[in-house]
Amino acid sequence: MKQERIQVQKVNLLKMDQHDLNIFMKRYGIGFVLLGMFIVLSVASPRFLTVLNLSNVLTTVSINGLLAMGMVFVITAGGIDLSIGSMLALGSVTIGLIMNATGSIFLACAGSIIICALFGLVNGFLVAKFDMFPFVVTLASMLVIRGVSYVMSGGYSFALAKPEFAQIGLGKLFGAIPFPALIFVIITLMAFVLLQLTKFGRYVYAVGGNIKSATASGVNVLWTRIGTFVIMGICAGTAAIIMTARINAAQPNIGTGYEVDAIAACVIGGTSFSGGISTIPGTFIGVMIIGLIFNGMNLIGISSYWQIIMKGLLIIAAVMMDKFINRKN
Amino acid sequence: MHKNAGSENNSYEFILDCNDITKQYGGTQALNGVQLKLKKGQVHALIGENGAGKSTLMKIIGGLVQPNSGTVFFEGKHYQAKSPVEAINAGIAMIHQELNPQPYLSIAESIFLNREDNYKNIPILNKKATNERAVKVLKKFNISLNPKIHMEHLTLAQIQMIEIVKAVSTNARLILMDEPTSSLDSEETEHLFNTIRDLQSKGVTIVYISHRMDEIFDVCDSYSVFRDGSFIDSGNISDVTKNDLISLMVGRVVKNIFPKVECSIHDVVFRAEKLCGKGFKDISFEVHAGEILGITGLVGSGRSETMESIFGLNPLNSGKMYLYEKEIRIKNVRDAMDKGIAMINEDRKEYGLCLFRSITENISLPSLRKKHKGILINQKKEKEECNEIASKLSIKMANIKTDAFSLSGGNQQKVVVAKWLMDRPELIILDEPTRGVDVGAKAEIHSLMCQFAAEGMAIIMVSSELPEVMGMSDRILIYHEGSLNGEITRSEILSGKENQETILKKEFGGR
Ligand SMILES: Nc1ncnc2c1ncn2[C@@H]1O[C@H](COP(=O)(O)OP(=O)(O)OP(=O)(O)O)[C@@H](O)[C@H]1O
Ligand SMILES: [Mg+2]
Repeated sequence: MKQERIQVQKVNLLKMDQHDLNIFMKRYGIGFVLLGMFIVLSVASPRFLTVLNLSNVLTTVSINGLLAMGMVFVITAGGIDLSIGSMLALGSVTIGLIMNATGSIFLACAGSIIICALFGLVNGFLVAKFDMFPFVVTLASMLVIRGVSYVMSGGYSFALAKPEFAQIGLGKLFGAIPFPALIFVIITLMAFVLLQLTKFGRYVYAVGGNIKSATASGVNVLWTRIGTFVIMGICAGTAAIIMTARINAAQPNIGTGYEVDAIAACVIGGTSFSGGISTIPGTFIGVMIIGLIFNGMNLIGISSYWQIIMKGLLIIAAVMMDKFINRKN
Repeated sequence: MHKNAGSENNSYEFILDCNDITKQYGGTQALNGVQLKLKKGQVHALIGENGAGKSTLMKIIGGLVQPNSGTVFFEGKHYQAKSPVEAINAGIAMIHQELNPQPYLSIAESIFLNREDNYKNIPILNKKATNERAVKVLKKFNISLNPKIHMEHLTLAQIQMIEIVKAVSTNARLILMDEPTSSLDSEETEHLFNTIRDLQSKGVTIVYISHRMDEIFDVCDSYSVFRDGSFIDSGNISDVTKNDLISLMVGRVVKNIFPKVECSIHDVVFRAEKLCGKGFKDISFEVHAGEILGITGLVGSGRSETMESIFGLNPLNSGKMYLYEKEIRIKNVRDAMDKGIAMINEDRKEYGLCLFRSITENISLPSLRKKHKGILINQKKEKEECNEIASKLSIKMANIKTDAFSLSGGNQQKVVVAKWLMDRPELIILDEPTRGVDVGAKAEIHSLMCQFAAEGMAIIMVSSELPEVMGMSDRILIYHEGSLNGEITRSEILSGKENQETILKKEFGGR
């Protein structure tokens, strides 16, 4: 009797029933867009589907990818972080100063990650403790952090003492896998475990989904929210290492506008702006889609002005598709 | 405006005539060819278990949801509402089961949303006129709230009353009431019933949904029963008994909704001494292991506020609390949980559920900390445990991974109950635990309560439903305007010394 009550249509695709399929489509439907882009680009350009080109794509998306992996935590918990572009600059300047003072690449990298994490902590504390709007708090800290990096560097770019450092941006593991791509993939895996398999991740979803219910369920809302901003800082500090290595100089003026692409990647990947809904694979797909727009259009020879327009249109398309798939009726 | 339909031709037999309505959500068949036929001027009870499809049909008639197939005739004419506005324009108003207040609108603004007053000939809002209109309609319901207060400051019951006022004030000829009393106390319910009788005498037709059987026999003339998305039966209330209706609903006989088991009562688990806080003062009581302590009173008398303060959701101004005779201090919810206290909040949407997360995630959230050592979640164990408790409470769901959003109201309530029964607390506070839950599941939740009490748990149950309080409690505390006004024991109820009337009298401040 009980079993008959709920009639579930069996759809034998990947051994999923209708409901699993619905959930799957809801979360990863955007993957078909990526697949479509892959097919179109491989047909349009013979150079697209080569190991060299694809590892290039992974390298170019790595900075935005790292930022998006941090951003997805913040947005899922119901926040937003606009200060990450400035964090890239601050990280870069920190790397330069520490490296030139101590000669240690390790200390320089650690310094970048720590200082960005600290600013993330401050952002998170202001947002969570005083219940201020994350948009406003990080808008302000975007200015402060940018200013700090100018003060620290005296306003100028400067060269790095260790030329080997550039290898982080250029080098390849076993001569095949570029280091930035490797770092991006590792951070993605770590983000997946953290957000989707741990208690902390569950709390992030709960806080973003319904903060009052999370409080009434005994979730430590304060530290969960702060935690997401710290993770964002760590990701930004790591991205700053790759970026500095690739330009091979410490620069206080880099990173403007990088928050836009990171947020775009999250949204295209199905992250809900009101919090509580997101996946790491979805975000990864979002990052790749943005990367392919640039790479693919370059290959086909479309001007970069059009690429920007495409990116904007794609965000709208992604959100519309999300509404279409998740139609609540 | 619409003319009163009474003077027009009565060429139709039924004012509302729905036939073969079907509705599918993904793979779930919510409605399977149901019918609903209403005679003009009747109060028609629509009853059925949680997830039977009652709200779905109401949403279809109210224009919120489109059916897959079926026909509807309203006042003899073909009717299909593509949006709530069309339904309202056709003369159909609806009181929703799930309340969606606009937090930053004033009471007057929300009552007359879309029907605002303007200054003569110029499109500028005349707030004064709207406020005056609001005062008038509120007065009819004996509500003495200032219409300028924002909705965010209202309690659940007040929001519910405003929804009722709003629906009634549209002068609709058909009003759909989806569990309007689930968060009201006896006084407010009585007001609603008076209003319903008044409307009925003016020829208004009403669909009334409730899981409280007494109410149905109080105000309804006729009934329709749904089960699992299908139409089962309809008829006149005067021709059936309560038990008839229950067995039509559940498909079997439910012997006892209050399966109270007397079990031995042990030491004091929790003791409160002169607790004071926002909305209550000088509250002292104790609850023993194995005891079910019922707490009742009018809505707004400070019952829930006291409980929320004990659980660390709101601060206490003064007073002492003891757990096993040791003084405890509770700063926040985690503190309370660490000491072995759990609480089911009355407001499931605000404090109970993350609607867009899965049932599993909702159920396991409070117990993650204790049940899963380390930082990772043991997904398999989690799934098994959640499935077990879900089937124990017979939560009707397509799949444990679906969003809580897709559940019917009563099933959402069961998820909230499941959430807190997962880890066995020492003291559990249940604030309206069976709000909107059908009779069968009510009996199940009640027998679970008895089972836990027998295992030595101390239980505090807050409820506005007097039969529930009287049927389940070993002792009853009665609130009146923020203080305790009387204590009743089970033997006094069994002996007939105290009954519904005497309790009500105490709720109103009498002795
Ligand atoms: N938006 C939705 N998406 C998927 N399934 C839904 C949705 N809304 C309702 N359902 C399903 O449709 C069925 C009927 O739900 P409905 O809300 O009409 O029940 P109900 O009779 O009002 O129950 P209750 O007494 O608990 O309020 C349920 O099985 C529910 O899970
Ligand atoms: Mg319902």
